[in-house]
Amino acid sequence: MKHARIRYQGDIHNVTVNDDHSVTLPTGEVLAEQQVEWLPPVHGTVFALAINYADHAAELSFKAPTEPLAFLKSPSTLTGHNAVSVRPDNVDYMHYECELVVIIGKTAKNVKREQAMDYVAGYTVCNDYAVRDFLENYYRPNLRVKNRDTLTPIGPYWVDKEDVADPHNLTLRTWVNGELRQEGNTRDLVFDIPALIEYLSGFMTLSPGDMIATGTPEGLSDVKPGDEVVVEVEGVGRLVNRIVSEAEYEASLTQ
Amino acid sequence: MTRGRILVDSLARAVTLQADGKLQLDNGNPLLDEPRWLAPVSGTVYGVALNHRSLVEALSAAFEDAPYKTAPKTPVLFIKTGNTQIGHGTAIPFPAGVERIQAGGALGVVIGKRTRKVALAEALDYVEGYTVVNEVSLPEDSFYRPAVKAKCRDGFCPIGPWVVDAKQIAPAALEIRTYVNDELCETSSTADLVRGVAQLIAELSQFMTLEAGDLIIAGTPLRSADLKPGDVVAVEIDGIGRLENPVVLETVIAEELAQ
Repeated sequence: MKHARIRYQGDIHNVTVNDDHSVTLPTGEVLAEQQVEWLPPVHGTVFALAINYADHAAELSFKAPTEPLAFLKSPSTLTGHNAVSVRPDNVDYMHYECELVVIIGKTAKNVKREQAMDYVAGYTVCNDYAVRDFLENYYRPNLRVKNRDTLTPIGPYWVDKEDVADPHNLTLRTWVNGELRQEGNTRDLVFDIPALIEYLSGFMTLSPGDMIATGTPEGLSDVKPGDEVVVEVEGVGRLVNRIVSEAEYEASLTQ
Repeated sequence: MTRGRILVDSLARAVTLQADGKLQLDNGNPLLDEPRWLAPVSGTVYGVALNHRSLVEALSAAFEDAPYKTAPKTPVLFIKTGNTQIGHGTAIPFPAGVERIQAGGALGVVIGKRTRKVALAEALDYVEGYTVVNEVSLPEDSFYRPAVKAKCRDGFCPIGPWVVDAKQIAPAALEIRTYVNDELCETSSTADLVRGVAQLIAELSQFMTLEAGDLIIAGTPLRSADLKPGDVVAVEIDGIGRLENPVVLETVIAEELAQ
């Protein structure tokens, strides 16, 4: 089943999503995809992985790490499906990152990899944008690069674990204005889902709703205001997003 | 108003500190029992690394070398996740398999309303109040990669006991004292922050919106207070409060919870 959070006529609803991307409210009312505002589908701590695909590590001229390279995001950076993301003025390189996101289903501490999948509730998709101009060598990648307002679209919904036969054999693809720019497969994860749950739960308690964005494969490129960016994880979801300039975004807020 | 959060019958409840020093529950009743304090905030807790001159001066030579190559130009931020946040009096778990953990006495700045792209001159208008934070960490031996493993362990961010109204506090020169077993181990001052409270709010809010209930840990000094199981650590800021927590082996806490 697909689960989403949407806003409709000012109210927030937890809904189920149908195959045509219409949503069914708890009252039974059905609304089309474009009628609702899609919100981030889950509440919790967001972990993200850097350099977790070997091909992407080569692209960035890094050796794949010997230990997962995790960083954190705050709720302020998250947006939903069909939302806009702001490209800051006067930067040279802002790129998308298509990622499979694992959602934790129950409290996890010191979980071994053999049991790790028991702690997964389901999956969603995120686009973990980065503005590379702002990289510095301190707690890299830092929040100025990875935690900007509007720069982590997530959703459109999350799917139950049972609906994804093998999360380690899913194609990831990114299109910009319809052109395929990024393609990879979760089989190439350096640290797979059980390894990430074992690693993180080995030093901290994970809670239901916590999310692990598992990293992105090669194929990064710059995006500009006006671009439509679609990230898709096979069998999980297809997340649409549009890039806007700072001026366009500020104007939209004052309307 | 000085406000806090406590646990009553497994529910988080708001309390206020009255002029007579007594605590009053959110339903107006006085509190009779010894309170079980919760962290007084419920939003995102942001830390600012390398924001105290004592720490930056100790590292300035290293900043010129690999992997850093140059000193930081913008605030270096991290997040203390929900599992780290505990109240006054709750035990800090000393992790199994870890040799050293250290206290990090700091001023906590509680955001009072949505804060986005604010100017330096207005930044303090967005502060609800101030609290005391102990930003516990494994030793900070590298600042190159995000310090999740060093800083996000369960119970590694005592906050409280309460939030004191911003109108009562001038944040520019507060002395912060850290005691281990009542022995003074560390004294620092917010006067030595690289970026002061207003500047942090102004700079952070340029690229990320702060919400009511979010907290900014203004900066820890060069750490000197090691913590061991059995210790009691306290961080004290005049006019705000004294945040005290015992340190207990993680395995002992787990056994107590299982009983």
